[in-house]
Amino acid sequence: MKKNIDPFWWGLFGAGGAISAISIPVLLFLNGLAIPLGWLEPPAYEDFFTLVKHPLTRLFLFALISLSLLHWAHRFRFTLYDGLQVKHLNELIAILCYGTAIAVTFVAGYILWRF
Amino acid sequence: MSLNPNYTKYHPKWYRKRIPIFWWMQKWAYTKFILRELTSLAVAFYAVVLLLQIRALAQGPEAYANFLNWLKTPVSIVLHGVALLFVLFHSITWFNLSPKALVFRLGKKRIPDALIAGSNYAAWVVFSAAIVWMILTI
Amino acid sequence: MPEKISLEVLRYRPEEEAEPVYQSYEVPFRKDWVILDAINYIKDNIDGTLSYRWSCRMGVCGSCGMMVNGTPVLTCATFLEKYLPGPIRVEPLDNFPVVRDLVIEMTDFMEKLKRVQPWIVREEEKPLSEGEYLQTPVELEDYKQFSMCINCMLCYSACPVYGLEPTFIGPAAIAIAQRYNLDNRDQGNQQRLEILSEDDGIFECTLVGECSAVCPKDVDPAGAIQRFKVAATANWWKSLLMPWGNK
Ligand code: SF4
Ligand code: FES
Repeated sequence: MKKNIDPFWWGLFGAGGAISAISIPVLLFLNGLAIPLGWLEPPAYEDFFTLVKHPLTRLFLFALISLSLLHWAHRFRFTLYDGLQVKHLNELIAILCYGTAIAVTFVAGYILWRF
Repeated sequence: MSLNPNYTKYHPKWYRKRIPIFWWMQKWAYTKFILRELTSLAVAFYAVVLLLQIRALAQGPEAYANFLNWLKTPVSIVLHGVALLFVLFHSITWFNLSPKALVFRLGKKRIPDALIAGSNYAAWVVFSAAIVWMILTI
Repeated sequence: MPEKISLEVLRYRPEEEAEPVYQSYEVPFRKDWVILDAINYIKDNIDGTLSYRWSCRMGVCGSCGMMVNGTPVLTCATFLEKYLPGPIRVEPLDNFPVVRDLVIEMTDFMEKLKRVQPWIVREEEKPLSEGEYLQTPVELEDYKQFSMCINCMLCYSACPVYGLEPTFIGPAAIAIAQRYNLDNRDQGNQQRLEILSEDDGIFECTLVGECSAVCPKDVDPAGAIQRFKVAATANWWKSLLMPWGNK
C-alpha cells in the first residue's frame, strides 16, 4: 500500500471530533458559564484538586485536550485551504496547524504528568 | 472559421468559470458547511482554556482563584457564550453525520442510521448528566 | 396560472464571443412541462442554434443535467412550475469546461470513472463449467444504492472541492468504486482502496455533503466516501499497530 499519511491525521481528526462532541459542551457550559455566572456553587479547591489528581481523570483530560486540538488542526487546515483558496501555502499551513496541536499536546502531557 | 482566433479546429475554446474566493457565501448549504468547519476553532479554544484551568489548579489555590476570577470577566463570558453555540453546532452536526461513516450490522441487518445517530445522542446525554452529577456532589 | 414564463439561458459560442452571455426566451407555461420541455420548445420554435444534451427524458440516461437557478438538476425531471413566476436561469453544469452553450466537457469524469475499475475484478476467473457467481438478495442490498448512479455528474457540479481541486477523483467515481467493493462477487477491494487513497482521492473530501443532496438517484456519494475513509484509516492503523498482520 502506498504509504500515505492522510489516514493518520484523519483518524485523529475523527477521534477528536467524537470525544469533543460528547464532552466539551457540558464542560464548557459548567466551567465557562454556569459557575462564573453564579448559577452553580463552584466545587471547593481541594475537592476539585483530588478529582483531577485521579489518574483516570488525568488520562481522560489528556485525551480530550490533545485529540480536540488534533481535530482542530486537521479541520482548520482544510477550512483555510478550501475557504481562502490558499493552495500555494498548503504546506506551511499544514505544518503550523499540526505543529501547534502537537506542541500543545506535549505541554498538556507535561502539566498533567506532573500534576 | 479558421480566420477566427477564438476557434481552432481540434481544440475548441472551452470556457472555464473561476470559483470566487467567497464561494461559500453563495449558497446557504455552503455557508453552513464553513460554519461547521469553523466550530473547530471553538473546540480548540476550549481545549486550551481547560488546559489553563488545570495548570492554575496545579499551581495552587491562589492561582486557581485568579483563574476563576478571569472566567468571570465579561470577555470570558462572551467568548464562552459564543464558543458554546459553536460547540453545540459541532456536536449536532457530528452526531447527525456519523451514520454516513459508520455502518454496523446486527446479523444480516444493517443498523438503521437513526439508531446510530440516536446512540450518539444517548451517549452525549449520559456523559453530560454524569458530569453535572459529579460537579454537584463533590 | 401564467401564460408564459421566461428562461434566461447561458449562451456560449466560442466562434463569436469570448465570454458567455445570457439570452432570454419566453416560452408557454404548462403545468406538465419540465425544464427540458421548455428548452426543446426553444430549439424547435424560437432558436435552433441552442446546443444542449438530452436523450431519455425519463431520468435514466443522465445527459440532461444543467444548473437551474444555481442548483444542478436533471432538467427532464424538474418541473417548470417549481420556479414560478420565473425567470428561470439555465446554465451548463458548474465545475466543467463549457464547450458550447449548455454542453460541458466530460472527458475528465470518464477518465476518473475508468480509474476506479468499475467492473467485477476476480483474482482468478472460475471456468464457465462451474457455473455463475451467486448472489442473494441480502448481498445485493449491500451495494444496490450505489449501483443506481446514472453518471449525470450533478454531484461533481455541486462539489466545491472538485471545483477548487479539479484533480479530485470526485463523488460519483468513489460511489461507483464502493458499488463494486461491496459486491460479494468482486475481489478488487484492496486495489480500489489504494487508488482512492492517493493524493487526489478520498482524503481531499471535506464532507460538504452537497453531492448527496443533489443526487437524483439517492446514491449518497458522501456516505460512500466516508465509508472509504473509515476503511482506509482502519487499514492504516492496523498496519501500524500490527505490522505482522500484513500479507
Ligand atoms: S452519484 Fe448521483 S449525482 Fe453523482 S453522477 Fe451518480 S446519479 Fe448523478
Ligand atoms: S434526458 Fe435522460 S436523464 Fe434527463
